[in-house]
Amino acid sequence: MTVAISVNNLEKVYASGVVALKGVSLQVQQGDFFALLGPNGAGKSTFIGILSTLVKRSNGRVQIFGRDVDTHVYRTKLDLGVVPQEINFSQFEKVADIVMTQAGYYGLPRKLAAQRTEKYLKQLGLWEKRDVRSRLLSGGMKRRMMIARALVHEPRLLILDEPTAGVDIELRRSMWDFLLEINRAGTTIVLTTHYLEEAEQLCRNIAIIDEGRIIEDTSMKKLLLELDTHAYILDAEADFDRDLRHDEPGLSLHKVDSHSIEAVLSGGRDINSAIAVLDRLGIRIVSMRNKANRLEQLFLSRLRAGENQNEKRDG
Amino acid sequence: MFSDHRLIAFETIVIKEVRRFMRIWTQTMLPPVITISLYFVIFGNLVGSRIGEMGGFRYMEFIVPGLIMMAVIQNSYSNVVSSFFSQKFQRSVEELLVAPIPNYVILSGFIAGGMARGLCVGFIVTLVSLFFAELRIFSPLIMISVVLFTSLVFSLGGFINAVFANNFDDVSIIPTFVLTPLIYLGGVFYSIELLPPFWQLVSRLNPIFYMVNTFRYGILGTSDIDVAWAFAMLVLFAVLLFGACIWLLRRGTGIRS
Repeated sequence: MTVAISVNNLEKVYASGVVALKGVSLQVQQGDFFALLGPNGAGKSTFIGILSTLVKRSNGRVQIFGRDVDTHVYRTKLDLGVVPQEINFSQFEKVADIVMTQAGYYGLPRKLAAQRTEKYLKQLGLWEKRDVRSRLLSGGMKRRMMIARALVHEPRLLILDEPTAGVDIELRRSMWDFLLEINRAGTTIVLTTHYLEEAEQLCRNIAIIDEGRIIEDTSMKKLLLELDTHAYILDAEADFDRDLRHDEPGLSLHKVDSHSIEAVLSGGRDINSAIAVLDRLGIRIVSMRNKANRLEQLFLSRLRAGENQNEKRDG
Repeated sequence: MFSDHRLIAFETIVIKEVRRFMRIWTQTMLPPVITISLYFVIFGNLVGSRIGEMGGFRYMEFIVPGLIMMAVIQNSYSNVVSSFFSQKFQRSVEELLVAPIPNYVILSGFIAGGMARGLCVGFIVTLVSLFFAELRIFSPLIMISVVLFTSLVFSLGGFINAVFANNFDDVSIIPTFVLTPLIYLGGVFYSIELLPPFWQLVSRLNPIFYMVNTFRYGILGTSDIDVAWAFAMLVLFAVLLFGACIWLLRRGTGIRS
């Protein structure tokens, strides 16, 4: 399978002396839906900036679909579409003009540019807003317009830097569907996001970056399998005042309030065993929810492990 | 010069630039036309009628070429500096930088936009001048070529200003404190023959003096300087500034971190 992104020993030191990337090496396969996660200031945007040539790297090598970004600068740019984290379009231009202009920058003839503009504005639900000045769009619309703009030249690789920030839940879900659709159609997608649920839902592979280093690079499935503990909040049918002690291995029950219980399952136990135990104790469960997103727990544990390693390295 | 997709990219930048200054025509086209019309009325008509002749021509006829040139210089420069800086400020310049467009195409697009505005305003000012003075063109070729080169040179100057500008003050400092004095002291309103020898020498260090005089030569057939020398200076300035702009773009000065 072709490698969409190949990065070797990427380093970035800004003029201010800030070291943003410390020897990052990473590969993203063609057709993948790849998550790049990390806390604020971890180096995600710098990494994306280097791929899109907006940030000059200090050291290392970058290839897009097997082509070096230095020696094949125009070809690699043609393969790439970028949706940045910050709003970066003219606030005074109309929506359709912004997308059409971007098509022109990629050398699309006017007729084809108009067709593509219509296609992507329709797919992203912005066609009705095509003659509206971009500053008048809502935050979610601005994000969608930037996606339409990044797709207008139909790149093979789409990089999305927190594309759903500030977007309401319903719209976020429809954007997920859209992104999954274009990924199924063959576009490789790299996503950074603060919504870990989003990465869990969409991405097949994941890398976690912290303090300029990749601290995890694996498949989403493998990563989630490593998580041995699941926590749920269970809601009882009525208030209870009963002792929750029991002898079931791998299950721990704690009272949250007069009608809610936290159940922590480990060692392969599933939620049915918790419900059965509570039933035996005379507590009937009517609803339940995950206490925390699974990936979120892993993400935090990896960051903590990374911090410990850094302390050892520095100490 | 350009392959197909590069030509489309160039056209796109030019269309965007022209659309920008036409959209805000009350800020870009109207003020210079009104200002220069006031110069015609006050200096040309009211004061000029008391001055009499300058360089063998009615004072109004003498200042018309300089005022047209002033409009071209100021508008070519300010279009590029304000457009490129505002794209930096809004970060929409990133749209260009991530696209497969060579630096010379980006630069040519902005320069063409600046020249388009400079020449548009210059043309309107020329039409207005017809209300005040008869326009006799001595050499259309010299007139057109010098106005094109001047517009090119100051568009390039505006681009360099925009590359280094970090805030809106930086955009207005050069036009206010450098460009305007050089224009006023560049022989727009007087012939340097009126100056003492030392100040004549100082005036000859001002590049705008050569542009104004060469343009005046194209219209009136009279000049304080050698026209061939002035053209050589213009071409040299254009080449040096174009090279400097390309070098700055390649380095990513002010636009890539």
